[in-house]
Amino acid sequence: MNQEAFGLIFTGEHNPYMRDLVLSRAVAAVPFGGRYRVIDFALSNLVNTGIRNVGLIVQKNYHSMMDHLGTGKEWDLNRKRDGLFLLPPFSTKDNTGVYRGDIDAFHSVMQYVRRSSQKYLILCGSHTVFNTTFDAILKQHRETGADITIMYNEDPRFFPEEQNRDLRLIFDEDGMTVKRLEWNPRNPGSNFRSCEVTIIDKDLFEDLVEESYSRGGVDFVREILLPKVRELKIMGWRYDGYVGRIDSINTYFMHSMELLNASAAKDLYNMRHPIYTKVKDEIASEYGENADVHNVVMADGCAVDGTVENSIVFRGVTIERGAIVKNSILMQGVTVRKGAVLDHVILDKNVTVNAGRQLTGYEGIPLVFRKNLTV
Amino acid sequence: MKKKIVCMLLAGGQGSRLGVLTSSMAKPAVPFGGKYRIIDFPLSNCVNSDIDTVGVLTQYRPLALNAYLGTGQHWDLDRTDGGVFVLPPYMTEHDGRWYSGTANAIWQNRAFLDQYDPDYVLILSGDHIYKMDYTKMLKFHTANSAAATIAVLRVPMEEAHRFGIMNTDENGRIVSFEEKPKEPKSNNASMGIYIFNWKLLRDYMERDDADPESENDFGKNIIPNMLNAGEKMVAYPFEGYWKDVGTIQSLWEANMDLLGEPPVLELNDPSWRIYTRNPVMPPHYTDASADVKNSLVTEGCVVRGTVRHTVLFCGAKVEGRSEVLDSVVFPNAEIGENCFVKKAIIGENAVIGDNVQIGIPPKEGETVDNRLTGDIALIGNDVTIPAGTVIPCGAVVTAETIGQLRNGGIKA
Repeated sequence: MNQEAFGLIFTGEHNPYMRDLVLSRAVAAVPFGGRYRVIDFALSNLVNTGIRNVGLIVQKNYHSMMDHLGTGKEWDLNRKRDGLFLLPPFSTKDNTGVYRGDIDAFHSVMQYVRRSSQKYLILCGSHTVFNTTFDAILKQHRETGADITIMYNEDPRFFPEEQNRDLRLIFDEDGMTVKRLEWNPRNPGSNFRSCEVTIIDKDLFEDLVEESYSRGGVDFVREILLPKVRELKIMGWRYDGYVGRIDSINTYFMHSMELLNASAAKDLYNMRHPIYTKVKDEIASEYGENADVHNVVMADGCAVDGTVENSIVFRGVTIERGAIVKNSILMQGVTVRKGAVLDHVILDKNVTVNAGRQLTGYEGIPLVFRKNLTV
Repeated sequence: MKKKIVCMLLAGGQGSRLGVLTSSMAKPAVPFGGKYRIIDFPLSNCVNSDIDTVGVLTQYRPLALNAYLGTGQHWDLDRTDGGVFVLPPYMTEHDGRWYSGTANAIWQNRAFLDQYDPDYVLILSGDHIYKMDYTKMLKFHTANSAAATIAVLRVPMEEAHRFGIMNTDENGRIVSFEEKPKEPKSNNASMGIYIFNWKLLRDYMERDDADPESENDFGKNIIPNMLNAGEKMVAYPFEGYWKDVGTIQSLWEANMDLLGEPPVLELNDPSWRIYTRNPVMPPHYTDASADVKNSLVTEGCVVRGTVRHTVLFCGAKVEGRSEVLDSVVFPNAEIGENCFVKKAIIGENAVIGDNVQIGIPPKEGETVDNRLTGDIALIGNDVTIPAGTVIPCGAVVTAETIGQLRNGGIKA
């Protein structure tokens, strides 16, 4: 149990680069890794740190999120003391119920923050997947006496045309104290990118947010962290494990495919700290007489009698005899009928591909078919 | 609060015919079908039949069962009023005793039942695999104004001698009951599923408890006594898959019944889901060199070898250049490289070293104690098989017999 920290996850951001995958859901609710949603990683990291008080700020289209989370029991967060708090927007005299940015959202949930008994706040975004606990970053935060500690990793990949919430850290000579921060830079001054995890003392968080809110502040990074980088003691905590940033269709596809390589899978699927998700009670997956499956991550409840290669297959997918699926992501409930051929495609939930259809995307340009479509 | 019906599940015994698989757990906790434990079937049947109060009677190693059931949340049995309860024997200020028979187990827990004041009590065994809607059976029971209803399955006449046989009149009323008759008069086999009117059963159990000669058993005492007293007892005919998985052979067969197109036992049924405690594992991974056909594979598995007509349970691993045929590989068992495994049950957490051969015909002159296993090779839970070992079909390998293996084979 960790009684010194609580978690706050912000899922309200819109991301245009995710296109069809976020038509009816937040990025946090996008299915990832065969049987999870993006939010499961942040939630499980908090729970695996022993944190028992988690607030989740939801904004638009939060039905699928509520359906997914329920009472929080799959994450062991259905607690009498603390537990999981879903924090949807609400309109009052001075709150329109629509957030212009995260500062609005933080301001509107300040009651929850104030009421939380823990000293440290772990602020999490909802675009980043990794599997670790926050014990080490909390320890560093305590020991260095930092005002704010930001978790980061070294990521040399840079996709300027799809840049989204890209926070770069530039350090002093000590390699830990943040000298400068860059927010969506054109020419990044470092490869050290925030993992969307920020540790901050609860009281300081309240002061910073309320002060900025009263002056019309919108964005926590832009209007609080950036201007105060000299005033506050901001430190970095380096994470060397696998980090996936779900910023766009392309990075979603790229990080999904990385799960087929052993080291990423080992990090993300590390069973020492399991990733929890909503359980669907499917049966085991059935491989048929003609199944020919190579280099595939597959969840339960699938029935496969075709050829599948280099792909991610979510729960309850049917791939009929003679169908060929390569380099693709098939979400929950997809059906691929006899003889269909897929290459570099993303099929959202419950898409059906009829017999004999041929769908081909290209590397870097996967074809996306939205939820419930019949092709 | 009053309940219409409460279920009592006889999770019972050690299941000695399952040998080493039950050395640390009761039979109902034995794995089945890739994701399940045997007890998931009666529990899921209850929940799917709107029965929300289940007592699980056991006196053998209740820890594993208790830990498995937890609050019952995985079966949706974490109820404010009702739920699932493990009921082991207990002491009172006067005395305390083990469950002396199936009826005695219920009798000792009459206080549990009385608190719900049920009209009916459903009594189940914990070692059968089947999907059954108990509400239909209850309707049959009430429509017949019966004192007791016993579910029966028509079995092939030549197998009837292995079962408890219910002989009925033309209206389905039971006229006599014979346990494993040498010359069966009918083929209505009891499935070990009973519905009783609780008040009546309570009276019979009270009298049975006072009888020092009684074995306090439903089949031997309670049911014959009720029949002799002229109570109206009817047979409820069930059609569908039902299997007693009390032996190694039948446990293996029942797992194999899940394979094939369509399988003999279809579990992929959204209207009748089987619930289970989720192991919280990642999706399974099938390697570039793997070749899997006609098999079940589930979460946490990693397959790099060839797998045919086999059930892999959660967390099972099959390494490269290995071949696994017609087998059942229990949770977290690992099969090393370049192994050959045929017609085997590999126990939980067993580790099979590289170049091991399991289930090959015994060498000339080699004798194998296969009384429990027939031709199925059985590797016990938590056993580590050293690289290069050869294990003949029908052999049982436990931590104790590993030493004999090193000395050139398992002696009978």
